[in-house]
Amino acid sequence: MGKFEYAPAPESRDIVSLRESYGLFIGGEFTPGVDDRAFKTISPATEEILAEVTEAGPADVDRAVSAARQAYEHTWSRLPGKERAKYLFRIARIVQEKARELAVLESLDNGKPIRESRDVDIPLVAAHFFYHAGWADKLEYAGYGPAPRPLGVAGQVIPWNFPLLMLAWKIAPALACGNTVVLKPAETTPLTALAFAEICQQADLPPGVVNIVTGAGETGRALVTHPGIDKVAFTGSTEVGKEIARACAPSRKKLTLELGGKAANIVFEDAPVDQAVEGIVNGIFFNQGHVCCAGSRLLVQESVHAEVLAALRRRLETLRLGDPLDKNTDVGAINSAAQLAKIRELSEVGEAEGAQRWSPPCELPVKGFWFPPTVFTGVSQAHRIAREEIFGPVLSVLTFRTPAEAVEKANNTPYGLSAGVWTEKGSLILWMASRLRAGVVWANTFNKFDPASPFGGYKESGYGREGGRHGLEAYLDV
Amino acid sequence: MSAPAETQASLRGFLHGLPGVDRVGAEARAAMLASRSIKTTAKRWALDAAISMIDLTTLEGQDTPGKVRALCAKAKRPDPADPTAPMVAAVCVYPDLAHVAAGELKGSGVHVASVATAFPSGRTSLDVKLADVKYAVAAGADEVDMVIDRGAFLAGRYQQVFDEITAVREACDGAHLKVILETGELVTLDNVRRASWLAMLAGADFIKTSTGKVTPAATLPVTLVMLEAVRDFREAHGRQVGVKPAGGIRTAKDALRYLVLVNETAGEDWLDPRWFRLGASSLLNDLLMQRTKMATGRYSGPDYFTLD
Repeated sequence: MGKFEYAPAPESRDIVSLRESYGLFIGGEFTPGVDDRAFKTISPATEEILAEVTEAGPADVDRAVSAARQAYEHTWSRLPGKERAKYLFRIARIVQEKARELAVLESLDNGKPIRESRDVDIPLVAAHFFYHAGWADKLEYAGYGPAPRPLGVAGQVIPWNFPLLMLAWKIAPALACGNTVVLKPAETTPLTALAFAEICQQADLPPGVVNIVTGAGETGRALVTHPGIDKVAFTGSTEVGKEIARACAPSRKKLTLELGGKAANIVFEDAPVDQAVEGIVNGIFFNQGHVCCAGSRLLVQESVHAEVLAALRRRLETLRLGDPLDKNTDVGAINSAAQLAKIRELSEVGEAEGAQRWSPPCELPVKGFWFPPTVFTGVSQAHRIAREEIFGPVLSVLTFRTPAEAVEKANNTPYGLSAGVWTEKGSLILWMASRLRAGVVWANTFNKFDPASPFGGYKESGYGREGGRHGLEAYLDV
Repeated sequence: MSAPAETQASLRGFLHGLPGVDRVGAEARAAMLASRSIKTTAKRWALDAAISMIDLTTLEGQDTPGKVRALCAKAKRPDPADPTAPMVAAVCVYPDLAHVAAGELKGSGVHVASVATAFPSGRTSLDVKLADVKYAVAAGADEVDMVIDRGAFLAGRYQQVFDEITAVREACDGAHLKVILETGELVTLDNVRRASWLAMLAGADFIKTSTGKVTPAATLPVTLVMLEAVRDFREAHGRQVGVKPAGGIRTAKDALRYLVLVNETAGEDWLDPRWFRLGASSLLNDLLMQRTKMATGRYSGPDYFTLD
């Protein structure tokens, strides 16, 4: 026992009122599925069953697309931008009012620490709706012509790592531009999307503008291949992204994909070391590493390798892993058994390939899905753990000698979503940023998001941008 | 982060070779640690720890022997209604009142701290500063809080600052030396880190943020950088140096945030009045009020705690 042991400080879950089962949100109402099929969503921290959720079949998806089409033709596309803006503002305000409830719900269903859902996810959700509310009546100034038209009905499939935030990234620009949507949340984290459906009702959003269909891969396939869809937006794995691209190729559907990453976090010898260590921690252990733009490859200049690693190890020993609802938890639960298995497998491969594995002493809870923060040193570009996306709290450490070598190694990956540069030298930051083939380059920070800043990838990390002026293009007929 | 430098040039080279501090990142880290939630048993421990780390301070032109005696009584027994409340670490006064505090605190275990070296500005000759220190020590101060020459530091005359600290250390004649950096005048966190190292290399027992006479006084990001400095200094030189944020810490909540900062930056070795102090005056009553609330479940009004 240490001198100063923080007593448990759990956020109360009483604020969340879960229903026993949820229908599909179609045409402004919760309705049962046609086939009466359902699945259960659990808390990954305890494996407790939270609720039963309807599995949407092709007939349900068809109903949802029709409802969206109806709403698009008769209501939403006819509303002037300033009227659409009012709904978006209203949604943003309700999200802020329900911030605590949504944060608890997100942490319960996803396993992420309440500190993150409270301080990062939910405030960003509100910010995205506020930001796009501002665009709704100013689209003529976005640089896409005097009166850019919406596309129609958007089919959107989102991942489980930032459930409500990814929903906001998809729905806010779509609605601002005048489209209607059918959105499928991930099967392991449907609850905040369903809570969002209730928010749409509360905001008096015209029925059919937002439709939520829950389900797994089959439901997603039915949605993106549906002929009534004009636009497909997907965030998730590169593997599924390729499948979607193939499926959409013969159609006129506009497609944006935000896929995997294997970002390099590059630390130069003149970096502000203490802040760089924070940035490394935030880069890979934020959200248990379930972040597509995670800084999963640490490239550290050889001259400060020992010093940075020692500081990093010392810092990792202070990470607090455990109950996601405890306000002092830094690292929560892995989202699912399947993801845990994948992280374990790749970590074993890392060891087998000769990299040195290290984790701080840390007790894992018995129930639920857990993986300790893990650092691999002695990793080379040829190792699988340096090339494949692990999507977990696993950092691979590599070294470099010169800026040119850092660029070469950072770019030597099939992905290109993000990168980080740590140096006190401004000119080096600019030199690096112009050479790194990544959609986002952070300088002396990592994993910072803002609705005004476009986000998206190079190469196998996908195409199209989300956020900012650039993100509007995905939802306009241009 | 190697051996102390001997000349102005190598001292400058060393201090400017320390890793930089990114202000945005340091502030974000301090803000994140400030969001820790300290409850129940942890809070009970932390409130008592904070009380035991206070340098109960009065540094006013209007200070009198009577005021200092009252403060000493409070230092020895902060809560007359509850003998389990710990004593504070020290009473901090101007040199001419150190003898009063020394008389009152004799045998109590509460230390007598005196500011010196032409506190708070430090703008006088070295001879006068050293005489000030000797006067305080002769009057019974066993801890001396000196100020550095911020003018010399900002002008890059590091050697002068170094030599002054060394001279004061000698004049202390065994008294514990706390070196006040006056971070509100150094402004940048890079300067805070350099001044921290400079003071430690020159032999400081403690590094202290502020005089309390300049705004801003102690802040969480500044204290974070100083805690990193003492941690790194011990790793490089094997000698542990204490940290004392002072000025502007008024509530129990603030105090707990500082303790979290210590716990997760320098580590629990520093969670001890020998290595961490809080320079404050009104803070004590808020800690006592929270302490009573933990014990009784009720808040008492301010009149249930003594005004010193």
